[in-house]
Amino acid sequence: MYIGKVIGTVVSTIKISHLDGRKLLLVDQLDLLGNETGAYDIAVDVVQAGPGDTVLVIDEGNGARQILQLDPGAIRAVIVGVVDEVALST
Amino acid sequence: MKFARVHGTVVATRKYEGLEGVKFLVVQPLDEGLKPIGHSQIAADATAQAGPGELVFVVGSREAAQAMPVIFVPVDLAITGIVDEVDVDHGLRRTQPTAIWHLPPEDED
Repeated sequence: MYIGKVIGTVVSTIKISHLDGRKLLLVDQLDLLGNETGAYDIAVDVVQAGPGDTVLVIDEGNGARQILQLDPGAIRAVIVGVVDEVALST
Repeated sequence: MKFARVHGTVVATRKYEGLEGVKFLVVQPLDEGLKPIGHSQIAADATAQAGPGELVFVVGSREAAQAMPVIFVPVDLAITGIVDEVDVDHGLRRTQPTAIWHLPPEDED
């Protein structure tokens, strides 16, 4: 899992059935200090996140299939939380 | 899933079982600004409707095969959708994350 920042939305009409009715958001991956890493994902949102939100993203197929109750399911990246606070010790 | 641009088609008559009728396309992976990154790759078209010139998104690894009609097929990149619109707020790039970030105290020398 990683922490990311939602920076936009993606709209698609022609897509595989697993994505029907799902909201797709563009997420920048952040490092542990909150800076952008340059990596990104188009992720399915299940927690009503929106642009600007700091989010928790799972990027693994089995977890995604379980959350979305799909089998088979061709989805890896899912936004599963909106992050309020991050605290780092040394 | 990541963005990619379709650049061409690949025709293969003799294929592994389960891949009959599957269309293969040449795609160029893109970064989030839609600029090319890395080498072109071959993706199976799970939408069956993508074509050269189109902006699509692709899923990789094990999940690619799950997008296909027969899921136990040797496919590691699949086109799962055709992009109509990308709406990015570039201003958000320059803003600090909304979460409160408590960083470790800096060492004092």
